[in-house]
Amino acid sequence: MKFKSLSVHAVVAAALCAVAAPAALAQAKEQFVPVLSYRTGPYAPNGVPWANGFVDYLKLTNARGGINGVKISFEECETGYDTGKSVECYERLKGKGASFVQPLSTGATFAITEKAPIDKIPLVSVGYGRSESQDGGVFKWNFPIAGTYWVASDAIMQAIAKKEGGWDKLKGKKIALVYHDSPFGKEPIPELTERSKLHGFELTLLPVTAPGVEQKSTWLQIRQSKPDYVVLWGWGVMNSTAIKEAQATGYPREKMYGVWWAGAEPDVKDVAEGAKGYNAVTMQHGAEPQSKLVKDMLAMVHGKGQGTGPKDEVGQVLYMRGAMSAMLGLEGVRSAQERFGKGKVMSGEQIRWGLENLNLTQAKLDGLGFAGVMRPISTSCMDHMGSSWARIHTWDGSAWKFTSEWLQADEQILKPLVKAQAEKYATEKKITRRTPEDCQS
Amino acid sequence: MLYRENGQFKTSYRADAQILPVTQDRLLIGALLVFAFGIAPFIVSEYAFRAILIPFLILALAALGLNILVGYCGQISLGTGAFMAVGAYAAYNFQARIEGMPLIVSLLLGGVCSTVVGVMFGVPSLRIKGLYLAVATLAAQFFVDWAFLRIKWFTLDSASGAASVAGLKVAGIPIETPAAKYLFCLSFLTVFALLAKNLVRGAIGREWMAMRDMDVAASVIGIRPVYAKLTAFAVSSFIVGVAGALWAFVYLGSWEPAAFSIERSFQLLFMVIIGGLGSIMGSFFGAGFIVVLPIFLDQALPALGHALGINLDTAFVSHAVSMVYGALIVFFLIVEPHGLARLWSTAREKLRLWPFPH
Repeated sequence: MKFKSLSVHAVVAAALCAVAAPAALAQAKEQFVPVLSYRTGPYAPNGVPWANGFVDYLKLTNARGGINGVKISFEECETGYDTGKSVECYERLKGKGASFVQPLSTGATFAITEKAPIDKIPLVSVGYGRSESQDGGVFKWNFPIAGTYWVASDAIMQAIAKKEGGWDKLKGKKIALVYHDSPFGKEPIPELTERSKLHGFELTLLPVTAPGVEQKSTWLQIRQSKPDYVVLWGWGVMNSTAIKEAQATGYPREKMYGVWWAGAEPDVKDVAEGAKGYNAVTMQHGAEPQSKLVKDMLAMVHGKGQGTGPKDEVGQVLYMRGAMSAMLGLEGVRSAQERFGKGKVMSGEQIRWGLENLNLTQAKLDGLGFAGVMRPISTSCMDHMGSSWARIHTWDGSAWKFTSEWLQADEQILKPLVKAQAEKYATEKKITRRTPEDCQS
Repeated sequence: MLYRENGQFKTSYRADAQILPVTQDRLLIGALLVFAFGIAPFIVSEYAFRAILIPFLILALAALGLNILVGYCGQISLGTGAFMAVGAYAAYNFQARIEGMPLIVSLLLGGVCSTVVGVMFGVPSLRIKGLYLAVATLAAQFFVDWAFLRIKWFTLDSASGAASVAGLKVAGIPIETPAAKYLFCLSFLTVFALLAKNLVRGAIGREWMAMRDMDVAASVIGIRPVYAKLTAFAVSSFIVGVAGALWAFVYLGSWEPAAFSIERSFQLLFMVIIGGLGSIMGSFFGAGFIVVLPIFLDQALPALGHALGINLDTAFVSHAVSMVYGALIVFFLIVEPHGLARLWSTAREKLRLWPFPH
């Protein structure tokens, strides 16, 4: 009997699925954007504002009339920052005609890197993912637009050098990298190692087991070895824990530099005053409540009762990150439309071209409401990153404030690294470098 | 009625000792195999292959391996994720370091390496039992996690510590399309399930079960505990290792040690417990329950909300899935503590007598 009623339930649920499916297919004239987000799990405090910003920007684009009239449709899928779940979401949503995919997880970016070329879906990782995927000659489908982890770590090193009064002053200094023990956390190591060889500072690597709530032993080591600077490569709950531990061990927050994943409101909010002086690199933007985008968002999305999250979150660091990520993807669609036909729904291959030939001038950025938020970006076949500028912002106890000029990652350091790592990937995977003719296509 | 065995006489020992003595069972399994190999590759969608069937097949294989150890030999292990990882990384090293290594050989060699590690960590089982052994195998989990995270040699010195493979080929045929991957995993699973079924029916399987039911009595009647326990560890970790290699190569393509974390060990242990300890079929049921059900709920709940006119937030759905899923686990364990496999055999028993139960 129990069996029977169970199976009846299952049949009913399956039928409901079948009813719901055609509704999604009926909107074929729309550009579909899959949204892989995490609103649950240990990384949710950071994942939620990002997802809200991303979704709000898609809504804003629709409110502004779509991309040359093409409306955006989207569907969210909860990944919980789990690679397996992200891959499942990717598989689920790609069947609906995914324009591009933004996994917001380095682990998932690694996994999807292997799948994207086969499925012909551009993989956009704004500021994260594989640093060597900047090399479009090898990574045809990866777009780490507007910065990678190597850009971030290089900007941090430049800021530290500036604080010390020049690169030569770094000799003999001790810098500790406290990192999330995962591919994400290990990304900056090659770049920092390169810098340490060049300038003669001592780099100590201190891994923290995910999710990073247990850091007592790490900070004990820091207390003993007294590094001159701590670079924090954390995400989610690991960041606030690290700052609390720094407070407990008395390590000066002014000497801590976080990656952009460790430089948003949820990371410091709980500690507020205790985090005062803590620095983090930002990939271009920080908290931008004064920007035109935020005003538009409040008027056209939140004002209409369409806002995804709470109103006061609009303009925060990760919210802006989400909005900017969505914008870069959609601008790829727009740039594709300029070549393949305005007002048409673009395929993954066409969007790939669009992302590769992205030319976001200052005028375009101003029009989109990103004036003052970010710098112009222009990508090419060989450079899928398009911009290597970053800034440092500092938590003053209640808000993030910019404390540095614009910093550009050093080409001399990055270029050989990107090339070497990309070549290594290409030989492992037996990929031949794209020819100049292929770049034209 | 459906399961009437009347008239099915066995006239030889051979016929009596076959795996499926009842004709209907044979027909059912035969039809299932024909469907899985012959029909499913043509009708199933790409999503179902990649997101449901392939993970189901691979985890069913891993659960099968674990079931030999936990279900048949009674040695609780929490190191399954570790043995999977050993299989995966060993196969990766064979594949990447040796030019022209055939894929199947590297997968099987991954299994061999996992066997070695499994037997090594199985040695303490000679002295410690039950929950204490579970804690000892936990050591394997932590050690292996640490090793693959820290020892760069295993990951070919890759900067990020992630390993990846591409361009899988068997005898010149690329294993790229979802259907090819599915058939590849299915073939492995079929062969290993058949091997496992025969092992547990044979002398060695009986030794394992004797060991599980009462080790003192078993040794009194002449079963060597060292041999019985270590072979169970060896066979189990071999299968688990191959499953791990498949998980990494075929399903993930690119992975990090987190793919084989302690959570994977728990997941597999739950599969075996929910599916049915000491049952080959139970491994399949358990894998189905754990892999397919959350995905099904994840898609059914928003659809249900849609039908009722409510737009459900993804975070809510994700929480609701965990709750419903948890409730279902409790429900099934209360209804049948011996797992889904027992539920199936009860149903089968009823079908035999239907429509005249006495």
